[in-house]
This record gives sequence, structure tokens and C-alpha cells, in this order.
Amino acid sequence: MALLQTDNLTAHYGDFQALFGVDIRLQEGETVAIIGANGAGKTTLMRSISGVLTNRADAIIFDNDRIGSAHAADIVKKGIAMVPEGRKLFPSLSVEENLLIGAHGRKVSGAWTLESVYEMFPVLKERRLNPGTALSGGQQQMVAIGRALMSNPRVLLCDEISLGLAPVIIKDIYAALPKIKETGTSIVVVEQDIGQALKVADRVYCMMEGRVTLEGAPSDLSRDAIHNAYFGAAA
Amino acid sequence: MIWADTIVQGVLLGGLYALFAAGLSLVFGIMRLVNLAHGDLIVMAAYLILVLVTLLGIDPFLAALISAPVLFGIGWLLQMHVLNRTLGPDILPPLLVTFGLSIVIQNALLEGFSADSQRLSVGALETASLALGPLNVGVMPLLTFLSAVLVIVGLNRLFYSTSLGRAFRATSDDAVTASLMGIRPQNIFATATGIAMVVVTIAALYLGTRANFDPTIGPARLIYAFEAVIIGGLGSLWGTLAGGIIIGVAQTLGAAINPEWQILAGHVAFVIVLLFRPRGLFPRAVD
Repeated sequence: MALLQTDNLTAHYGDFQALFGVDIRLQEGETVAIIGANGAGKTTLMRSISGVLTNRADAIIFDNDRIGSAHAADIVKKGIAMVPEGRKLFPSLSVEENLLIGAHGRKVSGAWTLESVYEMFPVLKERRLNPGTALSGGQQQMVAIGRALMSNPRVLLCDEISLGLAPVIIKDIYAALPKIKETGTSIVVVEQDIGQALKVADRVYCMMEGRVTLEGAPSDLSRDAIHNAYFGAAA
Repeated sequence: MIWADTIVQGVLLGGLYALFAAGLSLVFGIMRLVNLAHGDLIVMAAYLILVLVTLLGIDPFLAALISAPVLFGIGWLLQMHVLNRTLGPDILPPLLVTFGLSIVIQNALLEGFSADSQRLSVGALETASLALGPLNVGVMPLLTFLSAVLVIVGLNRLFYSTSLGRAFRATSDDAVTASLMGIRPQNIFATATGIAMVVVTIAALYLGTRANFDPTIGPARLIYAFEAVIIGGLGSLWGTLAGGIIIGVAQTLGAAINPEWQILAGHVAFVIVLLFRPRGLFPRAVD
């Protein structure tokens, strides 16, 4: 049994259907990448799993618990935390307060504390009293990742963590993922940058127009298969 | 010396206006909800204190202490079951619903207590005064002002030094992302309104001991509260105290020149501040 799975997951924005029967699986300790172009439904999938969009109760199963219709706040308590697209730091809160609020709903002891987050991203400790939004884009992404880790989640959802960042910063951000994985956290990474995704993932799902078009381990997937699944066979 | 006395009286009166305004500022700061029934809720709280004083024969201060948790509960339920349903991108529903609530409260109070004026008596404290240098200051106005300062200090500590305050600010910034932190915005909003109702109880205590009240005076208190909040800068608690003081001083100075100018002078001060500082004196950096 997978730690997290979606079962025939659909999602709508009004009359527009964004997901069509999506099935994904995440095993304990695994890192899964979800790749796809803009509008493929990746972020909608993350919003569904994190409870921002509600669904049928049995559309999402986490540790044998049907969580599809649960409130986002309850999903955090169960152990799924999200780094949202665009970072979404709280402007009224300092860097440290942004980190602390990550543990608001789930106070469990684990590998991640304020100190261990500062150890992974030392620059945040230097700027801990600054408003979160006064930081550079890369530093803000570090805060967003640290904030999600503060709840010591069993599953970390990372939505487009490289978006809008310089390549050298993306490298630093992605260097944190293996450290997070070492603590036993399972990770779902949503990415448009195929190269980055393939480097960190144990398995990859490719999405197009709200459907999963390809699944497999990075080593099993040919360049052409990924190209076809990402852009469509006719592209 | 008369002018110094007038200004001191104005500052102390400003404390009462700041108390009227603090609850309004708190609710607006967290959920951008303009509660048009705020003044009527203050009057309703004054009647609750009056009922406890009359029925139990207790001191108004003790009655306010008993009323505070009751009004916290009323505020919590009101927000959870009525006002939360009105929140959204459209600002009209909360305005309409709280306007309706204002009419409901006024009419319910008229039914229950008639249109007769009432007053909370605190005995000898009403006329007690302290000599501060050459000035004589009433104990009750001084208590009102000190209570306002304590309320503002308390709310600021709650906001900036507690995890609940952190949750308030995060929810105010972005309710959807706050829910990803394990926060239920609806609960946070209900708690905020509950706390605002505790402040309303304190305001009601001093309103009832300072002057007569009847079921229809709520909207006028709302206007003073609004003016204090807007002069201070939306969402700023210390600004709300400053706003209350500016209105209070303007009113007492106006009254010193001509008693008919008291109310007008407060409104004129509001307009002047608005002309030169449209966002108020201490607007929050992020709004």
C-alpha cells in the first residue's frame, strides 16, 4: 500500500475540468517528480492533495486514511505539508515567524526545528528578524521550504520551487532535497524543469492537459518518451 | 491653565473613543470586515452590564468582568455562524448584514428596555478626582484612559508576541496559505471577534458610567470609532489610540470655544487629517 495515492482524481474550476482521473502513488521515503508544461494540471493536483481544493473523500488516500474531502488545516495535521507555488510568505511576519507558523497546526517532535532549518539554510538565521518578503527570491524559497518542514511532515509537496530563480540558486535549493529525504520524509516535486526533476526523483509522472501521460523511473524513460508525454505525440 | 485642563480632559475623553474603536480596528485589521453594528454591540454590552448590576446588585466593574466571557461567546458565535458567511471578495455582503444586525439590536433593546435613558452608577467614584499638579483630573476619565492604554498594549502583545497573534497576522495576509499551516481561518476570525467583544465590554462599562445611554445611541458611537480608526491608520492599534485622542482633544477644544461646536470640532479634525493624510497617521506598512 502506498503512503499517498490518488484514485481517479478529478478537479474543476467552475465549468472547466482541470484533472481527468489522475492516479499517482508515493511510497514511504520516495521522491516523486511530476513534470508537465504550463496548464498540465500539476498545481491543481498539489492543491487537491493539500486540501485547498476539496474532492471525494476516497479520491486521495494517505496512510489508509481517506483525506480527499478534508480541510487543508486537517491535512497538515495528518502530516502533509506544502511549499506553494510562488512561495506565498506572509508579509506581516518576520523570517523566523514565517518559519514558526509552519508548526502551528502540527506540533510533533522530529528532525526539523528552527535550529535544523537554520543549519540547512544559514543565511536565514542572519536575516531572521527581517520581513520574509524583504529577502531575495532564492532566500524566500528557502523560508517557504523551511516553513513546510517545521511541521515535520511525512510528505512534503513542493510546487514549482525553481520558478523564477537563477540557475545557481536553483542548484542550492535542490541541494536541500536529498537532506530532507535523509530524514525519512517522502517528497513530491512538481517541476517544469525536466533536468532538475529527473536528477532528484526516484520516479516521474508526466502530465498533459489534466492527465498522466507517462510514469516510470528516470533511468527507464527515454528522451523521446518524455518529449512525447510532455508536449504530445504530434509535437 | 484652562487650556491645559481642556487638553487633558480631551486626551482622557480620547481614551473612551479609543476603546470604542479598538474592537473595530482589531476586526478590520484581521479580516477586513467593517462591522456597522459595532456601536450597537457596545450599547448591547452596556445593557447586559446593567441587567447584572440590577439583578445581582453587584458593582458595574464586577458585572463587566462577568459579561466579558459571555460577550466573547456571543462574538464567537456571531462571527462563526453569521459574519463568516458574508466574507469574500465582495465587500457589500458584510456591510449589509452588519447594517441589518444594527437595526435588529436597536429594536430588540427598545423592546426589552424601552427608550428610557439608563446609566451605570459607580457611586463615589463618579465624582472622585485626583490633583495632578495644578490640574484636577476625574478618577473615572483617568481609569477610562488607562484602560484604553492597557487594552492597546494587551492587543499589541497578543498580536506580536503570541502564536495566536502570529496566526491572526498570517490569516490576515493570506487565508488560503494560512490554512496550509494548519490554521482554520474561520476559527481565527471567530476568535478575533470574540476578543473584540471583550474590548466592547470594557468600552460599554465606561460608556455607561460616563453618560446616559439608550438603545439608539450605537450609530453615533460607531462614527467616533470609525473616525478614530481612520485617523490612526487602518489596522494600527496605537494609531487608533492617537485617533481617539485627536477627536477627544478637538471636541473639548471646540466646546471650550463654543459649547455648540463640541461634536462638530471632532468631525472637522477628522476631515483635516483625512485631507492631509488620506491613509491615516500610522497606516500599516502592508495593506
